[in-house]
Amino acid sequence: MNLKKALLPIALFAALAAGSAEAQVNVMLPANPGGGWDATGRQAFQAMNEAGIYTDGVNFTNKGGAGGTIGLAEFQGGQRGKPDALAVFGAITVGSIILNQSPINLTDFRPVARLTAEYLVIAVSADSPHQSLQDLVAALKADPGATAVGGGSAGGVDHIALALLAQAADIPVADVNYIPQASGAETVTGIVNGTLAAGISGISEFAQFAEQGRIRILGITSADRKEGLDVPTFKEAGYDIEIANWRGILGAPGMPDDNYQLWVDRFTQLNESDAWKKVLETQGWDQFFLAGEEFGAFIAEENERIATVLKEAGLAQ
Amino acid sequence: METFSLLLQGFGVALQPINLFYALLGSVLGTAIGVLPGIGPALTIALLLPVTISVAPTSAFIMFAGVLYGAMYGGSTTSILINTPGEAGSMMTALEGNRMARAGRGASALATAALGSFVAGTIATLLLTFAAPAIAEIAFYFRPADYFALTVLAFTSVAVVMGSSRVRGFVSLFIGLALGLVGIDQMTGQARLTFGVPALFDGMELAVVLVSLFAVGEILYVASRYRKNASEIVPMRGWAWMSWEDLRRSWKPWLRGTALGFPIGALPGGGSEIPTMLSYTLERRLSKHPEEFGHGAIEGVAGPEAANNAAAAGILIPLLTLGLPTSATAAVLLAAFQNYGLQPGPFLFTNNPELVWGLIASLYVGNVMLLVLNLPLVGLWVRLLSIPAPQLYAGILVFATIGIWGVSNSVVDLIAMVIIGIMGYVMRVYDFPIAPVLIGLILGPMAEQQLRTALAAGQGNPVVLVSTPLSVAFLVLAGLFLLAPVVLRRLRAGA
Repeated sequence: MNLKKALLPIALFAALAAGSAEAQVNVMLPANPGGGWDATGRQAFQAMNEAGIYTDGVNFTNKGGAGGTIGLAEFQGGQRGKPDALAVFGAITVGSIILNQSPINLTDFRPVARLTAEYLVIAVSADSPHQSLQDLVAALKADPGATAVGGGSAGGVDHIALALLAQAADIPVADVNYIPQASGAETVTGIVNGTLAAGISGISEFAQFAEQGRIRILGITSADRKEGLDVPTFKEAGYDIEIANWRGILGAPGMPDDNYQLWVDRFTQLNESDAWKKVLETQGWDQFFLAGEEFGAFIAEENERIATVLKEAGLAQ
Repeated sequence: METFSLLLQGFGVALQPINLFYALLGSVLGTAIGVLPGIGPALTIALLLPVTISVAPTSAFIMFAGVLYGAMYGGSTTSILINTPGEAGSMMTALEGNRMARAGRGASALATAALGSFVAGTIATLLLTFAAPAIAEIAFYFRPADYFALTVLAFTSVAVVMGSSRVRGFVSLFIGLALGLVGIDQMTGQARLTFGVPALFDGMELAVVLVSLFAVGEILYVASRYRKNASEIVPMRGWAWMSWEDLRRSWKPWLRGTALGFPIGALPGGGSEIPTMLSYTLERRLSKHPEEFGHGAIEGVAGPEAANNAAAAGILIPLLTLGLPTSATAAVLLAAFQNYGLQPGPFLFTNNPELVWGLIASLYVGNVMLLVLNLPLVGLWVRLLSIPAPQLYAGILVFATIGIWGVSNSVVDLIAMVIIGIMGYVMRVYDFPIAPVLIGLILGPMAEQQLRTALAAGQGNPVVLVSTPLSVAFLVLAGLFLLAPVVLRRLRAGA
């Protein structure tokens, strides 16, 4: 009896895995199940299947940790030269590679497509004296130490966004009191109870607390205002910054050209499909598409920009 | 009264046959994964996410709630019978529960665990029903200094109370704190104590340490002292599970465990470990039979088991009322809500009353279901112990190794399991307590994070650590734990 019960979950997981036994493509999800990268990979292939773009088997591997660098390192070594091996990654990976001095070289992979973005917002407590982004920046400038700002892990997009804001306002990046928090939930509670003067996070994590009237969003890092959110962009407030937590797909290093072109085409079709538009809507992701070599150029730019900022913040050599 | 009629409507939803089926499925699955070391409710729900795309949201969440509660019931079974906690919330149960099982009282231990879980689960669900919004605000009240003081209280109380001496307790605690340092430091992004092994960047996997210290260490110990003719385990006396005496000694710990588990479960980072640990130390302090602790005290099972179930209900409060995930499991549940295009928070109660109240009602249903599932099975489970020791322990070792491999398919984890298992054996031989290691590992990173956040926000001024009434209260309590025995001894010696 006990054995039967104990084996039940194994049988279940085996059944789940068996669904992809006929796998044609191997997809590395360098995150634990349940997170954004995991969802990006699985939902993209689900939508491809629905839209009839790619209907063969998919074999997903979850390998989380350290901003995706652990999974990507395994992918880089294990799938080199394979025709149908893809990996999900994103903006966070770029910073993590630099910070952890990871041996991964992003130019080694084949850039398939950038798919989605989530823009960042900066918020203060509802009873904060800062009514606008300019107010907050003025406080930061006057006394950076007393104006603690919380967000995600060190070197992540939240941190980079704040550092860019400081740069734009001529505040020495190293003086900014950025306090990484374990989760978005902790950033929100920190803002509300006054531990943090402000916080930075993805829109999805802050929007509802703004609706509840607990926090006030002062600015968003997108190029244009976001529909349904009456908040000025950083640019409108006078800081020429645009940054997003983007997610995309990489091909294995040395992927043959024919297969590479095939996957670029497939993701381009996916981007235009109704099935994908539906996914974007239910998940609350912004479309942020860029394919092939242009995406490669974008990655190189991001790498440059983030490396410079991390150096100024004193986090990387 | 409005709550009451909404709840009745919720029962209307929860008692539909299809939803009852999903509640049963979730409960059975949850019990099973609770039994299996390494696989927790967070991972299970995450793996179930894609499966439920075709299931209605209400049914899916009813199933998830079953998994969440079921894991808390299931985890106690292996803790008690084979000293292998299936998940972190059950580790304190292993301390007394397994001693009880060896003394032939396994059935009592399982019964008090199941009944305690039921009582706590029901009370916590009642509180969730009627007091959720008020309790949710606690999350906003707790500042970093308060969290830090809470962890200090947990550290000192566990190091002082556990084990045969305070020095041993603190040595164990510091081993745990050191293990907790492994990995990338979140505040600066720098790797610490990873020795260039990328697999260690994310820190020591709790499940690995848990299973290694309890199961592997224990197996090595038993094997090293095994004599063929010695009867290791007293055979079970069938169905006589709980005497009046047991019940009399259990009901207060159940209630106290609930009182600790529910509010702490509602805090970000609170989880089920702190309340179970505090419940254990509390029972040990309050017990009229302190000499029984370490040899199978029923209070030490009843309290923590109630606390972990109450905490499981507690995590639903900030999740449902604020959309604030306070644990890994809650974060996965939040992802599930978002998969359905639902945003938990105050608006969920007004926009989707059927879902919320159906879910809450199904918690009552699930609790009854789990009790019915678990109590009759007690007799079956305890028969596990009649397997001869060599086969039983070899089986556990295989079982544990599969569980650890299943966590992340990592060879490094298996190597760590061997090393930590040997450490567990040495600790066992020299009488070092295991619990402080785990508390150090689990709470160390949280204590560090909150301490550094508090200091950074206070610009390095240490006064910030005692700037709130709660933090002062916790630190004073911690100081009392540490000093009271010494002072009392001095006074007695002086008199």
